[in-house]
Amino acid sequence: MRHVRRDRLLSILFISPSVIAIAVFVYGFIGFTGFSSLTKWDALTPDFTLVGLRNYTRLFTIDRFLSDLRNTVTFTVLFLAACLIIGLFLAILLDQRIKAEGFFRSVFLFPMAISFIVTGVVWRWLLNPGTTQTGSSGVNLLFEKLGLGFLRWGWFTDPTIWHIPADSTVGAFLTRLGLGGLTSSYVGISLAMISVVIAATWQMSGYTMAMYLAGLRGVPDELREAARVDGATEVQVYRHIVLPLLQPITLSAVIVLGHISLKIFDLVVSMTGSGPAFATDVPAFFMFDTTFRGNNFAQGAAIATLLLIVVAALVVPYLRYTIRTEAEL
Amino acid sequence: MTANSFELAQGPTKPQRKIHWGRVAIYVILIAAALYYLLPVYLLIITGMKSFAEVSLARMWDLPSGLHFDSYIKAWFGKESEGIRGLSNNFMNSVYLAVPATLGSALLGSMNGYVLAKWKFRGSDVLFPLILFGMFIPYQSILIPLVQTLQRMHLYGSIPGLIFVHIVYGIPITTLIFRNYYAGIPTELVEASKIDGASFLGIYRHVLFPISMPGFVVVMIWQFQSVWNDFLFGVIVTSRPAVQPITVALNNMAGSYIVEWNVQMAGSILAALPTLLVFIFLGRYFMRGLLAGSLKG
Repeated sequence: MRHVRRDRLLSILFISPSVIAIAVFVYGFIGFTGFSSLTKWDALTPDFTLVGLRNYTRLFTIDRFLSDLRNTVTFTVLFLAACLIIGLFLAILLDQRIKAEGFFRSVFLFPMAISFIVTGVVWRWLLNPGTTQTGSSGVNLLFEKLGLGFLRWGWFTDPTIWHIPADSTVGAFLTRLGLGGLTSSYVGISLAMISVVIAATWQMSGYTMAMYLAGLRGVPDELREAARVDGATEVQVYRHIVLPLLQPITLSAVIVLGHISLKIFDLVVSMTGSGPAFATDVPAFFMFDTTFRGNNFAQGAAIATLLLIVVAALVVPYLRYTIRTEAEL
Repeated sequence: MTANSFELAQGPTKPQRKIHWGRVAIYVILIAAALYYLLPVYLLIITGMKSFAEVSLARMWDLPSGLHFDSYIKAWFGKESEGIRGLSNNFMNSVYLAVPATLGSALLGSMNGYVLAKWKFRGSDVLFPLILFGMFIPYQSILIPLVQTLQRMHLYGSIPGLIFVHIVYGIPITTLIFRNYYAGIPTELVEASKIDGASFLGIYRHVLFPISMPGFVVVMIWQFQSVWNDFLFGVIVTSRPAVQPITVALNNMAGSYIVEWNVQMAGSILAALPTLLVFIFLGRYFMRGLLAGSLKG
């Protein structure tokens, strides 16, 4: 019995360095950041005078932060949609007993092995629109060469925000309903963000492809065969048999890609920076600037805490769901 | 009976050798998609190979006139007269950083996975998701106290400091992969060893560790790739160019207007090469880590 008790103690000892590290460096630090966000600490020397939620309320009056929120929504929606659709589409194609499947899989997946910094540097060069002095460059130049010159545009240098103009019929109607806020340029789509979405999708769509392909391989052949015998067309087999079975994979992909898109930082820093009028700015970059360049620690902590709350709202239910279904197995 | 007559015997509905347009379309789409994914690689390689005289925006898609390695030399060694810092030093920094950080977090992950899979205790089922949560957090939410703490520990601004940071924040993912890996190993194996009188450490050393190699390969590839490619911790923890990892140095190089595009592209290739090689030669394990990262592993 002594033996057993000693082993039990050892097992706790084995895991304790990690548990202590996580307790301090994850939970302790989050607590410290949360606390800092409630203080007046706006210079290098800490000032822990409590000021309540002032740092949070102030954020919603800052042009850059409101632009960041708009950009994050634009980015998350477009990036998720693109990755899921392209990933599923490529996976279905690869599932058709393709020759050289391994080659195609590697080609779609290799960008995942690369740093976002490299991706950013390369895509900045690719989507660099050129100027009137230099002429078109990058993809714009490629369009010209292919006779598709009409597709040229400013990419990440285009400051246009698509939103409902206040002086339009719809805008006037909304204003009459007391919803004039919806005509603000903070409720819209930043076109420059599309360039970042293209680069991010190039890097991450192979991931959804791989996940969906693994899922497709898990669908028993008998199931499809039975449906075909019953006279289902290939499209019907996918729509009614295969796709419903892939739903858990879509959920995992949404969580993984969703939390990546909320945290996105490296790609924006190396590819576009803040962009014209913060057209490609994101909260993680704003936090970095505010805290480590501007020394406004309390304000930076408030941005970080908001980011964490949004990510946790996405991830915590998913973790609970995953652990629970695992326990049932 | 010849093959032909055998086929005839199958009946008159034998399909003619016709072109399946559906399949042709699938291949056309796949090849077009592959070309799209390889487009940046094409541009990277040709731009990096061009001589300085050939670099012009109008000709950026044209093939280089020959093999020139000037850009690589400049990207690697730098050029003091033009104020360009080479990446060689930062490349080595990344090596000194990624190797110990990978080994360290893999070892911790294996220890945690062993306990969480085979020595469950009261509360271990609560502890596991609490550890996992650490891999999803936006690191912005821990950066401020992290810098303060590293300064107190005299680790701020150094490679050992960065190694420490990567080991700590690597614990969740390595624990997850190892716990799932060990969960797949029959508990009877562990129980039998216990009856034979093997102790906690004995079972780990003589039963589980020797069959952990596949788990270690998956974890180490994953960790190596994420440490090598990391930018955020690098830029926060190291401010002196001499100790910065390659991602930070590459970003600085790309952000400076005095560095030509071909040098930037050569630098990008140098920065991407180690993880790309790992992907090319150990792609199967890379996939496994990837799928494990989505928890369902």
